[in-house]
Amino acid sequence: MSPFVAGLGQVGLLVMALAACYRPLGDHMARVYGAEGHWRLERGIYRLARVNPDSEQRWTTYAAAVLGFSFVSIVLLYLMQRLQPLLPLGFGRGAVEPGMAFNTAVSFVTNTNWQSYAGEEVLGHTVQMAGLTVQNFVSAAVGMAVAVALVRGFVRARTDRLGNFWVDLTRGTVRILLPIAAIAAILLVALGTVMSLARGIQVVGVDGITRTIALAPTASQEAIKELGTNGGGIFNANSAHPFENPNAWSNLFENFLLLLVPVALTRTFGQMVGDRKQGYVLLSVMGLLWTVMLAASWWAETHPNGVASLAAGAAMEGKEVRFGIPASVLWEVSTTGTSTGAVNSMHDSFTGLGGGVALLNMLLGEVAPGGVGAGLYGILVLAVIAVFLAGLMVGRTPEYLGKKLGRREVTAAAIAMLAMPTVVLLGTGLALLLPSTPDFMTNTGSHGLAEVLYAYGSAGNNNGSAFAGMTVTSDFFQATLGVAMLLGRFLPILAVLALAGSLAQQRRVPATAGTLPTGSPLFVGMLTGTVVLVAALTFLPALALGPIAEAL
Amino acid sequence: MKYLNNLLRQAGAGLRILLVMTVLTGVVYPLAVWGVSRLPGLGGKAEGSVVVAGGRAAGSELIGIDPVDPRAAIDPTRDRWFHTRPTAIATEGLGPDDVLVSGGSNRGGADKGLLTEVERRKAHIATREGVDPKQVPADAVTASASGLDPHISPEYAALQVRRVARENGLPEQRVRDLVTEHTRGRALGVLGAPGVNVTTLNLAIRDEAGR
Repeated sequence: MSPFVAGLGQVGLLVMALAACYRPLGDHMARVYGAEGHWRLERGIYRLARVNPDSEQRWTTYAAAVLGFSFVSIVLLYLMQRLQPLLPLGFGRGAVEPGMAFNTAVSFVTNTNWQSYAGEEVLGHTVQMAGLTVQNFVSAAVGMAVAVALVRGFVRARTDRLGNFWVDLTRGTVRILLPIAAIAAILLVALGTVMSLARGIQVVGVDGITRTIALAPTASQEAIKELGTNGGGIFNANSAHPFENPNAWSNLFENFLLLLVPVALTRTFGQMVGDRKQGYVLLSVMGLLWTVMLAASWWAETHPNGVASLAAGAAMEGKEVRFGIPASVLWEVSTTGTSTGAVNSMHDSFTGLGGGVALLNMLLGEVAPGGVGAGLYGILVLAVIAVFLAGLMVGRTPEYLGKKLGRREVTAAAIAMLAMPTVVLLGTGLALLLPSTPDFMTNTGSHGLAEVLYAYGSAGNNNGSAFAGMTVTSDFFQATLGVAMLLGRFLPILAVLALAGSLAQQRRVPATAGTLPTGSPLFVGMLTGTVVLVAALTFLPALALGPIAEAL
Repeated sequence: MKYLNNLLRQAGAGLRILLVMTVLTGVVYPLAVWGVSRLPGLGGKAEGSVVVAGGRAAGSELIGIDPVDPRAAIDPTRDRWFHTRPTAIATEGLGPDDVLVSGGSNRGGADKGLLTEVERRKAHIATREGVDPKQVPADAVTASASGLDPHISPEYAALQVRRVARENGLPEQRVRDLVTEHTRGRALGVLGAPGVNVTTLNLAIRDEAGR
């Protein structure tokens, strides 16, 4: 079978697996966030934390809870890294230096999982498990909670209450992420992913030379790293490392996991608003973008134009033989379309167009299909903008899902939408102004520019993948990328919660003949157009100097 | 002031919930997965799929480490092992180097430095195998993403058969059979790409040669 046909079969298997889980998981999540009662475990958690699970919050309190929780998360994770020598299972690894500890703490709390360190070198097992794994869970649950709060804004009427953040956070973790991750982790071990508390194994090879291979408690973190669209690898090579992703089966499974929740959340959305077609519309837009990106990158990687790739005969630099090119591009498009950022091949070594697809996927705002929760609220914000634009054209007050989109709603949506491009472009511009920046790039010329744009694009979108040739350990990059991650995460969250609060206070308006039908194929086209238009208008100049110049 | 108070109160609740979550997802969950991974059938995989030869850990079947033959330093054609793909962090030749840290070169396909490197590797391998540089396949001259790729393409394995057979005093057909034995195709016919496991293949070669 030709690699192309086999690759198509692989895509087909992935899509079938997602389709099979779409309804059960989507409906399960809708039930979880709508359930009346609490589990006994959850009651215990609420009692220990001294929160009242039955009091609902206004959007301001909900937002304060998100910010407060994230703030203490950053502090705790920072302290754990700084105090690493005092923790068990560190195997002599020292304290993480302050800039790196700050960057890493922000990175994992914001669901970015950008890594300026080499996992096996810098972090011991305790920080990995009790620090990073925890944030892998809760940062994902935070994203889901915010998305659910926004959906409640559409569903509820004439109330100032959006739900209880602590309940949404706890349920997302206990009833959705934890059970799936536990099963997935054990399946990964069965497929060959390591799960060890040892430092490493000493081996004496055929040549009689003794070497040490690093080990880590990988499977438990690998499962939630993909499921929660986190992406921070325990090893430096991330999911390209054979101990994280040992074979084609584990590769397919991990690729499935990282798409699972964002895709199923569109079903949850349709279920919660009582009109499943609305969910299918969002899913169609996501699927359409994902397919186009996949086709572009696949073509580019099988038709390389760089001198080194041509001399080698194929674009195999930075790719693993067990995956081959199709599985590498399939993963690339999935990991940058979600906010995962885990890699099974090195994006920096992709062709101009292939790497450009990864970059563009992030710059579209990560809605194909986006991170857990972040993808859903991201595309809902763009849907609000699309409906507003359509309303402008026909001169009517726009409505979406029975709610009028007035000045407050559109302002909030615009802030949520523009926060990321602002952060990315200002960050990139600032870095390029510094005369020292070229020293940190592995590549020169347009590919070097793409490295910088990719770094801020990844941080501002909370993706976490990298054109990893760039050295980002200087204080300037640690600090500015850290700030980019914070703003890229929390500005949109605040705007989305404000939008939710404002929507919830409105009464429902019945659909009339003048209402734009948002459950139709027409709206799929309009929403896709909006996504592409916003990104194109913002990023075309920067993209032209980087990947586009390189691809030509 | 009211907002700040609210924020502080929420942060307090946040800290308490974070500590509970740390116990649940940062201690109980990973240790439970670790516990299950001690079950028979999983334990070996959890500890790195170690291959034992002659009572000693000889490697992990998942990890490719390029073996060194001291004779090759004098004459590259006298090298008796199958070789893995190059490692990006190797300072000379194709590898080996420090295997404690994984990673790729991160150089783009248009990079001049990478071009030089590809041509150098190509010439090196062509000399070692006594073939035309045009016959050297792509995976042989490009660094993998992890630097620990245990697999090479069947084409690169086929290229090395003649030399390995000669240097180990084995019939070429026998070596070719061993290569086939250590080749795995696409799972279900569609997943991934075919590859030859260099780590296990070299151990089999050593066994067969009896030294």
